[in-house]
This record gives sequence, C-alpha cells and structure tokens, in this order.
Amino acid sequence: MLEIFGIPSTALFGQLLIGLINGSFYALLSLGLAVIFGMLNIINFSHGAQYMMGAFAAYLLLQYTGLGYWPALIVAPILVGITGVIVERLFLQRLYKLDHLYGLLLTFGLALIFEGLARNKFGSAGLPYTLPDSLRGGQNLGFMFLPNYRAWVIVASLGICLGTWFVIEWTRLGAYLRAATENPTLVRAFGINVPRMITLTYGFGVALAAFAGVMAAPIYNVSPQMGSELIIVVFAVVVIGGMGSILGAIVTGFGLGVIEGLTKVFFPEASNTVIFVIMAIVLLVRPAGLFGRRA
Amino acid sequence: MNRVISLAALATALACTSAQAQQLNVKIGVLTDMSSLYADLSGPGSVAAAKLAIADFTKANPNVKVELVSGDHQNKPDIGSQIANQWFDVDKVDMIIDTPNSGVALAVSQITTTKNKVFIVSGAAASDLTGPKCTANTIHWTYDTWMLANGTGKALAKTGGDTWFFLTADYAFGHALERDTMAAVEKNGGKVVGKVRHPLNTNDFSSFLLQAQSSKAKVVGLANAGGDTINSIKAGAEFGIVKGGQKFAGLLVFASDVNALGLQNAQGLTLTETWYWDMNDTNRAWTKRWQQERAGKFPTMVHAGVYSGLTHYLKSVAAVKSAADGKAVVEQMKKTPTDDVLFGKGTVRADGRKVHPAYLFEVKAPSESKYPGDFYKVRATIPAEEAFRPLNEGNCPLAKG
Amino acid sequence: MERVVDPLAGKPSLWRTQAQAIVFVAMVAGLIAAPFFTYPLFLMQAMCFALFACAFNLLIGYVGLLSFGHALYFGWASYISAHAAKVWGLTPELAILAGTAMAAFCGLVAGALAIRRQGIYFAMITLALAQMMYFFALQAKFTGGEDGIQAVPRGYLFGLIDLRNEMTMYVVVLAIFLGGFLFIYRIIHSPFGEVLKAIRENETRAISLGYKTDRYKLVAFVLSATLAGLAGATKAIVLQLASLTDVNWPMSGEVVLMTLVGGLGTIFGPVVGSFVILLMQFKLAAVGEWVLVIQGVIFVACVLLFRRGIVGEIAHKLRIKL
Repeated sequence: MLEIFGIPSTALFGQLLIGLINGSFYALLSLGLAVIFGMLNIINFSHGAQYMMGAFAAYLLLQYTGLGYWPALIVAPILVGITGVIVERLFLQRLYKLDHLYGLLLTFGLALIFEGLARNKFGSAGLPYTLPDSLRGGQNLGFMFLPNYRAWVIVASLGICLGTWFVIEWTRLGAYLRAATENPTLVRAFGINVPRMITLTYGFGVALAAFAGVMAAPIYNVSPQMGSELIIVVFAVVVIGGMGSILGAIVTGFGLGVIEGLTKVFFPEASNTVIFVIMAIVLLVRPAGLFGRRA
Repeated sequence: MNRVISLAALATALACTSAQAQQLNVKIGVLTDMSSLYADLSGPGSVAAAKLAIADFTKANPNVKVELVSGDHQNKPDIGSQIANQWFDVDKVDMIIDTPNSGVALAVSQITTTKNKVFIVSGAAASDLTGPKCTANTIHWTYDTWMLANGTGKALAKTGGDTWFFLTADYAFGHALERDTMAAVEKNGGKVVGKVRHPLNTNDFSSFLLQAQSSKAKVVGLANAGGDTINSIKAGAEFGIVKGGQKFAGLLVFASDVNALGLQNAQGLTLTETWYWDMNDTNRAWTKRWQQERAGKFPTMVHAGVYSGLTHYLKSVAAVKSAADGKAVVEQMKKTPTDDVLFGKGTVRADGRKVHPAYLFEVKAPSESKYPGDFYKVRATIPAEEAFRPLNEGNCPLAKG
Repeated sequence: MERVVDPLAGKPSLWRTQAQAIVFVAMVAGLIAAPFFTYPLFLMQAMCFALFACAFNLLIGYVGLLSFGHALYFGWASYISAHAAKVWGLTPELAILAGTAMAAFCGLVAGALAIRRQGIYFAMITLALAQMMYFFALQAKFTGGEDGIQAVPRGYLFGLIDLRNEMTMYVVVLAIFLGGFLFIYRIIHSPFGEVLKAIRENETRAISLGYKTDRYKLVAFVLSATLAGLAGATKAIVLQLASLTDVNWPMSGEVVLMTLVGGLGTIFGPVVGSFVILLMQFKLAAVGEWVLVIQGVIFVACVLLFRRGIVGEIAHKLRIKL
C-alpha cells in the first residue's frame, strides 16, 4: 500500500475526504448564516435546528408520502423555508429595532423548541435514512475507497455555494440585496419592497440549512441533536472567516473541513478542538476575521 | 437543559384484594434509558418486564403491595444520580433496577450504598460492578463485560482472529469491555494492533473506521453497544470493511440490535448472550405476554434479567418481611438460590454476581430465518461455572471475607 | 440590552435602598426557613445556580456583554474542585478555592480573547471557546469523560466539621451564596461598577472620558467567571459529582434563561429566575422532554413580551429598584 509521511494513503485521503464532506456542511451553513446576517443583522441560532428539520423532513417525506431522496432534496428545503418565512413574519420582525442580541436569544429559544419537539416525537437515538439506490456503492481508486454518495455531497454543495455566490455578486437581484443591506431607506425609495425582501432572504437562508440537512441524512443518522452539535462549530467558522463576504464563508468552510480532516490523521486527539484553536489565533492576529472588514 | 429529572410517575397501582397476613409495601424504580441509543435494548421494555414480574408475584402473594416508578437517566451520570437521590430521599423508593450505561450504574450503585437500599443491575455491563467497585447493596444480574470477552472474544481468537483493532465507546462500559476482551484475546494467542475511542452516541463512524481499515487488523472489535454498534456496522458496509477482508466482532450485540440492523447486515456475527427469546417454550410464552405492551419488538436478555432479578428481590423482601434494610435484603438474596421461569435455577455470589449459563450464538442468514425474530443459532453453551469471572479474580473486597 | 431607566434618579435614595434591604432580609429569612419544609439537596442546588446566574448577570446586566459560554467556568471549576477533593484529598474549602482559581484563570484567557470583538461576535466567541473546553473535558483523563468524577467526598470543613450532614452542608452553601451575592452587590455599587454601567450605556463616551474600557471589561469578565466558578465548585462538593452536563453548551443557555426570566440587570432577578427554572424542571420532570420545549417557549416569550423579567416588571410597576 502507498504511504505518505508514514501514513497509509487510504487513511490520509480517506480523512481528507471526510474533511471535505464536513467542510461542505460548514460551508453551506455558514453561507446561510452570512446571507441572513447580511440582510437581517441577526445571528440565526436556530440554523442548526433548521438543518435538523431538513433531515427530518426528508425522513418524514419518505415514511408518509413515499417521496425518495431526489424529490426530498427539493421539497424539504421549500417546506422548511416556508416555516422560516413564518418565523420571520411572526417573531423576528418585531426585533429589528432592538439590540441584535435579542435576535440571538429569540432564535436560541426557537432552536430549543424545535429540538425538544423532535426529541419528544422521535427519541434521541437517531433514525436511519437509506442511501438513494443510484448513489450506492463506491469507486476503488487504488489509493482509497470513495463511496459514491460522499463524492456527490461534495460536488452538490460546491455547486449550491457557488450558485448562491454568483446570484448575490453578479445578478440584478443580488445587487438589490446588497444595496438593501447597505442602505434600506434608499432602496425603498426605488420602489422595492424591502420587508418582503428581508422575509424571503431569511426563508432562503433557512432553506439552505434544510438542503444541507437532507444531504446529511444518509451519512449521519437523522437525530434531533444533529444540528446543535454542528452549529457551534459553524459559529467558530463564521468568526474565523468574518461575516463580510459570501465567498469568504465558502472558502473558510471548506478549508477548515480539510484542516480538521488532516488533524484526524496526524493528531487525532485534537481533531475536535482544532477549529476553535484556529479561531483563537485568528482573533489574536486579525480580530475582524480572515475576510472581514473592520467594524 | 438536560438536567431534567424524568421521573415518569406512572405508578401501576396493583390491586391488593385480601388483607390477610402482614401487609408489605415495596416501591421499585426502573431507572433506564427511555429515548436514546439504549432505549430499545432496555428502556420501556424493561418497564414492561418489571410489570410482568410484579403481576406474577403479587398474584401469588397478595399481602405484598408493589408500586412502580420509572425514570429516564438520558445516559448522564448527573441526571441518574439526581433521580436516584430523589427517589430514595423524597419518593421512598426501596430498590432501583436495570440502568443500562455503566457510568450511570456505577454512580447509582454508590448512592444506593450510602442510603442502604438495593440496586439490581440488568442493563449495564462493566464487570467492575462486582470487581473493585462491588458493594453489599448491589447485585449484577444479567451479564457483564468479562463474560462477553470470555464468550465472543475467546471464540473469535481461537478461530483465527489473531490481530485485533478496537473501536471503543469512551466511558466506563467501553473501557471495561475493551480491557476484558484484550485480556481474553491475548490469553488465546491474539494480538491487539490498535484502538480508537469514540464518544457515546456517535452518528458518523467513518473516520474511526478508516483508522481500523488502515490498521490491517483481521478483526475489528466493537467495544460499544446499542445504537453505536448498529452505526459502526452500517458505516463499515459503506466503506467496504468486510469486503476488504476484515471481520467485525460485535462484542455486545442484543436481539434488538440484530432486529434494527436486519439479517442482511448482521448475518454471521458471533455474539454471546445469557437469554434468547426463542430458546424454549417458556421463553416464547413469556415473550408473548411481554409483546402485549411492546408489539412488534423482541425482548432482550436485559428485559429478561429485569423480570428475573425483580422476582428474586420480591421473594427475598417477603422472606425478611421488610424492604427497609437494603443490606439485609441483599444478604437474603445471596443466601437463597434463585429460581424463575426465564433463567431457571441459579445463585447470587458473595460479590453480587448472579451466575447462570451463557450461550454463544451466530446470527442467521436471511435465507435461514423462517419467521420474524428468528435471529440466532446456538453455537455453544458455556456452563454457569465457566461463564463468569471466578470469584477470587475480581478484587472485590466482599469476596475475601 | 434593555436599559433599566431609574425613575428615581437624582432623588434621595432612602426608599430605594430600603426596598432592597427589605427584600434581602426576606430572602435570607426564607432561605433559613426553607430546608425545614423542602428537600435540602434541591435548595442547595438552586442556590448554586442562583449564584451562577448572579455572576452571569454581572456581565450582561451591568456591562452589556452577553457571554454564551459561562458553562466553561462553572463546569471546569466543578471538575477541579471534585478532583482536588477526591484525588488530592484537599479539605472542601480548599477544593472549592482551587476550582474557583481555575475559573478565574480560564476567565482571564477567554476574556482577553473575547473582548476583542463586540456584540454578537462576543457571544459567538465565548460560546466557541466554551465548546473547545468542553471537548477538552470530554477527552482529558482526569475528568472521566462521560462518567464524570463520581463519589466525590464532601469531607470535613477546615478538617473539622463533617459535611455529610445535609444541614451542615446547607449552612455552608447558604454562606457561600450570600457571600457571593453581597460581593456582587458591592461591585455594582462601587465606583468601578459605575464605570461599567457607563460602558454599557455608551462605550465611545466612556473611552472619550479617558477610561481604558477594555481593561474594565476584562476585569468584569474575570470577576464574573470567578464567581461562576465558585458556584460550580460548590455544586460539585454538594452533589459529589462533576460531569459533562455542567460544562456543555445547554448549561450556558440555561444560565442565560434564568437571568432573562428573573430580569437582566436587577439584583434579585437572577436569584428568582434560577429558583423558578429549577422548580419548573423539578415539577415538570414527569413530562420529560417537554422541559426543553417549555424552556424554549419561555425564551421566546421573554424576548417578545416581557424583556424586563419577573423582578424587572415588579420593580417597574412599583417604581422601585430591585
């Protein structure tokens, strides 16, 4: 077997692959957080719970309507996105004039409600969601074994991330969004319905989280606490990248996933903490984050 | 927010018709995992088993009134201790039973001793409970890590599994199972080439399995249980562990896990248990009664152990005519031989170890299974005197006197 | 956060201090009488959480900094104190001191990092640092991982007084709680506390007045972490157990909830809040997992409907300061 730095290549590339997959989820979630923060100035603490809801939506669609993985990939984000729109209309809208911290507290409360409901209904052991038939099996690349589904996750999330980036940076819609972030009053003067834009932005950010949830369902089990475990790491990712840039969120997400994967090979004990350590270092060197603008 | 004391106060008030003889009140607490990874192998099924034991006993002894409470320890030692403290201090519970998760069980065992009550362990596995940490108030009923290592570990080491890699749940149970299995493997000429520890209730085992894969060990020993074992085996299928020529050793596999994995995934696994629902007619008859509350499920040895342990406890309480002094009741339990429909005749040793035979099973292939729940074929029977760790090897202070 | 407008500012503060004194006396009397009617273990636990919440409130209520990682100080202090009592064989007061010192040290390091950013970032950084230390606790050998540190001896206070007696232990916990409570009261009403409030109201103005606000914030952070540690260290001795629950993120959320329910920036709010939340968990234990949902609902209700909290609302209605 091929060895690199004394490490068998299967282990090295395998952990790199797992790192990239984790990175895909970091990127998708921190992208959603960044989009929401840009428009609403709120840190969406329920983002992890909404990711979990996406996975459960896929699970329930399969159980009760027989809709499989591929339709769920589209239907589940729409459904969860709609709940996001309702949340924004009912609750978040009342908080825009207050300190931003209240938005954090409110969404934290919502996260508890969502997680608690899921735990009540489904227990906390995690439910299995089977792989779609078309992505079963894997490729033996010689230096490693690549399960098809995992390859698909990386490609799909990269596609969604770049698509979102393109829309926001290069289209007219994106231009409105960016303008509304900078100066909502002025944009309203152009006859654009800013509150509706805010609502839809939140819905879209939530749908992104749910999309990540559906993708995660076959890899990780569908469990109520899957989101809360992830969201704190994603917060660290966001602090490292800085919230200023969409592309920054994507790059940091994938990059940190890879670093985490490498840590698993060379120093497995630190793999859980490496992202937080990087965060501490970045705070010392560049408090505004790698891609952030100084506030 | 998890510091919840889930004291599901579902008291089964059992009718006490005749007031002859001396009225005796006993309160039992089933402390278990109600919703997480061990809920299927113990949990609500243990409560159902306890209810059957109480119903059977009170029918024959109408002067004993038994009340039942149950609680969810959520696999957290602090929540388990809190419930135990409150049960003993406030709710006047006399005996706690079941308690999967060795970390919680060790904490409860210690509290039980300070309050002088009784603790019967059916769900937890760590052999330390009758080893260095044995107490005069705790009885370990169904199985333990030494017995598993002595069954599965030895059998696999003898049939060519000479290099091992351990995937270990990172708490008291996993450590004990890993330690006992390593000893058994090395004693039979095998070698341990590596190990990795994973947190309890892990959902993604891929990175651990990659480490197992690159170790090139012949056997990947799973020193974990319940949902963790299920997820390890499934992820192993995805990463082609078995196709690559390695073999899984499920060191602790329950009937409920086999049911969840499906025979397709589980076939060929070798495992050790002390009770199997489909062994004989009495077991099958009991299973039918149990299934009235747990439709579509199959009872595990943990459930059977709750029934058997509770039955012996109630008999002993009736004999000493009071449940107040825990030590006295346990002494009585050790003095009298056990006898019940599920485990037959047996004894409780000085160190608190209940002794009975163990069985080495192999999981059937889907083609061999004739009806739902037809999981195992028996490969060997380990007689009671060989199944458990000899009394003098456990370092239990009680065993010396 | 919510500015508590003082309706009596400028007027003689006689009635105001009296109101606080009356409530304080009532609280002490209640806590002395309580163990004769209620389960002492529950009360001791509630007092530990009350002190924890008061320490947290010092930061959010008086400096305006929302720390979402206070479990770090609470949990690590309890680990060190449990380890000191069990393995090093220290007497309980020294074990508690060791735990508290650990919290102070952690507070210094984490605080120095976190105050480099403001607002939401501050909250996220404290949360992330706490999670990092949670993973340390999960993997470190001496913490016992999932098992925690069990069978911690309560020992003999000063080597003399046996704490296995519930009532003796209760008196000790009561003394620690009241000591911590009065210390926080003292901080808030000192010149140092006035500067903290000035920073909360308008940091830029405080800077322009020549205050090195970062230093003030750091000292406040360390004080808050230390007192949170005192609470955690005491809890480990009382319950004879230190476990992951105390160092994990839901614990950080819980202390936010306790303070929010009681009233941010009020002296008595955190105490009331922690008793209310613990009592709810105790009473609702039978409904199990619904507790999580109910806590979430309380969070949402507090943020949307009554941001002043229980004590804050009462104080507002009565036009006094509590």
